[in-house]
Amino acid sequence: MIELPANSINQMIIHPSTAAVRPFAVAAILRDITFTQERYQSFIDLQDKLHQNIGRQRSIVAIGTHDLDTIQGPFHYEALPPKDICFKPLNHKKEYTAIELMELFSTDSHLKHYLHIIQDKPVYPIIKDCNNVVLSMPPIINGDHTKITLKTKNVFVECTATDLNKAKIVLDTIVCMFSQYCAAPYRVEGVKVVSPDGSYLMHPELPYRKEIVSPKEINKSIGISEDASSIASLLTRMCLPSVIIDNGQSLEVEIPPTRHDVLHACDIIEDVAIAFGYNNVNRTISDTNCVAEQFPVNKLTDLLREVIAAAGFTECLTFALCSREDVADKLGKNIKDIPAVHIANPKTLEFQVARTTLLPGILKTVACNKKMPLPLKLFEISDVILLDKTKDVGARNQRHMCAVYYNKVAGFEVIHGLFDRTMQVLEVPNNDYKFIPVDDAAFFPGQCADIMVRGQNIGKLGVLHPDVITKFDLNMPCSVFEIDIEPFL
Amino acid sequence: MAELSEKLLTILSERNEFDTLDLSIELQFDHQRLVGAVKSLQSLGDVITCEQRNSKQWELTDEGKEIAEKGSHEALIYESIPLEGINQNELLGRVPNGKVGFSKAMSLGWIQIDKAAKDGPRVTKKVEAIEDGVKEICQLVKNFQIDKITDQQKNECKKRKLISEVKIVSYFVKKGTDFKTSVSKQEIELTADMIASGSWKDKSFKPYNFNALGLPPASGHLHPLLKVRTQFRQIFLEMGFSEMPTNNYVESSFWNFDALFQPQQHPARDAHDTFFIAEPEEAHEFPMDYLEKVKTVHSIGGYGSQGYKYDWKLKEAAKNIMRTHTTGVSARMLYQLAQKEKFTPSKYFSIDRVFRNETLDATHLAEFHQIEGLVADYGLTLGNLMGYIEQFFKKYGIKKLRFKPAYNPYTEPSMEIFSYHEGLKKWVEVGNSGVFRPEMLLPMGLPKNVSVIAWGLSLERPTMIKYGISNIRELFGPKVNLQKIYDNPLCRLDK
Repeated sequence: MIELPANSINQMIIHPSTAAVRPFAVAAILRDITFTQERYQSFIDLQDKLHQNIGRQRSIVAIGTHDLDTIQGPFHYEALPPKDICFKPLNHKKEYTAIELMELFSTDSHLKHYLHIIQDKPVYPIIKDCNNVVLSMPPIINGDHTKITLKTKNVFVECTATDLNKAKIVLDTIVCMFSQYCAAPYRVEGVKVVSPDGSYLMHPELPYRKEIVSPKEINKSIGISEDASSIASLLTRMCLPSVIIDNGQSLEVEIPPTRHDVLHACDIIEDVAIAFGYNNVNRTISDTNCVAEQFPVNKLTDLLREVIAAAGFTECLTFALCSREDVADKLGKNIKDIPAVHIANPKTLEFQVARTTLLPGILKTVACNKKMPLPLKLFEISDVILLDKTKDVGARNQRHMCAVYYNKVAGFEVIHGLFDRTMQVLEVPNNDYKFIPVDDAAFFPGQCADIMVRGQNIGKLGVLHPDVITKFDLNMPCSVFEIDIEPFL
Repeated sequence: MAELSEKLLTILSERNEFDTLDLSIELQFDHQRLVGAVKSLQSLGDVITCEQRNSKQWELTDEGKEIAEKGSHEALIYESIPLEGINQNELLGRVPNGKVGFSKAMSLGWIQIDKAAKDGPRVTKKVEAIEDGVKEICQLVKNFQIDKITDQQKNECKKRKLISEVKIVSYFVKKGTDFKTSVSKQEIELTADMIASGSWKDKSFKPYNFNALGLPPASGHLHPLLKVRTQFRQIFLEMGFSEMPTNNYVESSFWNFDALFQPQQHPARDAHDTFFIAEPEEAHEFPMDYLEKVKTVHSIGGYGSQGYKYDWKLKEAAKNIMRTHTTGVSARMLYQLAQKEKFTPSKYFSIDRVFRNETLDATHLAEFHQIEGLVADYGLTLGNLMGYIEQFFKKYGIKKLRFKPAYNPYTEPSMEIFSYHEGLKKWVEVGNSGVFRPEMLLPMGLPKNVSVIAWGLSLERPTMIKYGISNIRELFGPKVNLQKIYDNPLCRLDK
């Protein structure tokens, strides 16, 4: 319940300068509150949690709470050049300018993560009272002057934000949760917030919304059959007070400001189901009859996997993300020539690009298994990722098959034989495919060919170049083939 | 060898028993070869019986053997001295182990040395002839006549490392129950020739040793995780679910998040949870009518919703990412479904790779596989969702399920799925599920009374539990242990 004191309503005036950096602010007052150590800790915890999630690490919403008795309204929210800001920050002994504060907090393990939100802006947000006492420099730090102690009785809560809706939600949440500790419980004192254009609103808004729902629809959605009064009492138990209207045809549900998560009737339905107990609902299957279809490339893949394994090769499963070197330098190529998807924010170089070939992954698997008896015969049938301007996202997957033979001798005829076998099971007659000798930096000169099937180049086979072998930390000769299997769909 | 074996059998038939050690001395035959012959007789079955005996014996070392043959070092020194004598250094050079021989010969009084000779110390014979005692002793040892040597002589030779004590395993051999004097070699295998000629009837065959392992067949192997994938695919197909086309790892934020009613400022869209793409940075094509509806429902609301009330930005939605779930594909499918003239109830599934930019540890990688199933039909209920999930998990061998309230941005109600783990004796989470929000379905154009229910789980977790793997890198990626793939059993999910 919002109270407006008869004598003086506190005001917070928003100056136009804030528009450049953090335009929105709301505020409210908790009167005659009593803090204990526990409540105080909980108060801080709630602000931290709100900062972290809905506040999106303070970048969207930041909260400042102040001892109202140490300051005097009206309060001014403006944005000033950093050199013009000077105050004693919370728990420090002397005053610093904002520039000095940025420096000071750059090594603070907690605060350094938030400095970037305002650091490079020409003006920094600052809240002061009518005597120029600094309340806070959002979203970084409060002033020491207004700090709250266990003895504080009156709290001024302010939220500055880049999203007004979220600022309101945060304010509502704080006052709803802590107003119970006020002398007059569940009462909050409003603050008039004046916008740069002169218009004003009382905050907190604490909207109570009413939603009309149909008990019949609720029953149908969940799969239960409760009568209207039963549903009403379930909802009331979930803190959504409900009354029956329209002769039991409908329910009027009151959604309090503590339930900003209720956006749609489905949120109400979930609450009914929770109150009823999920495990009390009857579990039944619907009559949905469908004839199942397999995705063609997956069906082909599963058939081919069996054949390759039957031929004596062992299947690998490797990562789709890898380093730039893996798909370029280590194969004797330049990354600029590779149509690869590049990741913007890789944490390590293992995640720099999406693979354009299955070969590096399999070679790494060989490198991790050098102690196994030779020959190592490995394969993988999986997707590579290639740039493609014709796709809406600019890239596509392509299903490749890659087989590797690693032994004391290159054994090219083994890999060649496996390829012939693959063509045989795909019913491609010998005349329909041929090998065109070609030069490729990844392969040994004179021992590499493009594979042409019915006139289409589907891949390569050959003996790997010793440079490739050493770059992947291997020491035996290796013959491979890698093809695109999608032409065979 | 066969001859020796036959000979032993003959001896046995005459004497009824013998000791291998004694016999080897008697026949002047190498004991080890004798033991070998006895062993091969043993393998024929009950032709002979053997009792093992352990004894110690004195044997010549290599040096001792040489001395037995060529003479002791001191004798060689003595022999090497010509009548007129010889310079000491020259003498030492002529005989191997010259120094040892020299000092021994001196102490035995066989030679003398004139240190004052004009071209260096000169050595001459002192006695006319010598008896090479040490050589004789070595020869006695060689001929197994060690009892003719005194203890003092024995110790002397031991000190000079000419003899050493070795353990001998000998056998006391007696006739067996199946004793016969001729050894017919036992055949191991039936051959084509034997069948053709009928000669198998006259041969005796060694019984096959069933206690050893057979020859492992040369085979290829499928990857354990992908075997589990095949089984899950099978489960869905058996339940009438069609496979969605998920062959696109790069997805736009629009389909991955916005179309699912996940707001643009949601933490999951953070750079530290999602892989953003530098190239191609943005998607450039969207169904524009639909996009406008998505924008509206996010920023203003509508379709019965309050909306999120924020500024929805196209630029944010256009950002490409490595998809964080396959639900983006589900959204695409549902959108396609909604564009059809008449709505057809449908069941879809997918099992494919997703990417998370999170901290890595023993059970988390940046890539993993998500399993997702969904049903779109008129009037589906929460009870139906639980029913499908029950059927699905029953095929996987899980019969006890419980549901707990959960939160997903795009489903409401949402449920976490728990099953009772007999081994750990507690309820463990096995999946996530929910009913898609109207804010997601209605802008697509799906009829109002159509509801879509879905559930999902990861492929890796049940696989690791089934095969008792604690580190995910042993299952996925290059660090896999190939031996584990070679030895991996059939994937039977319900066992």
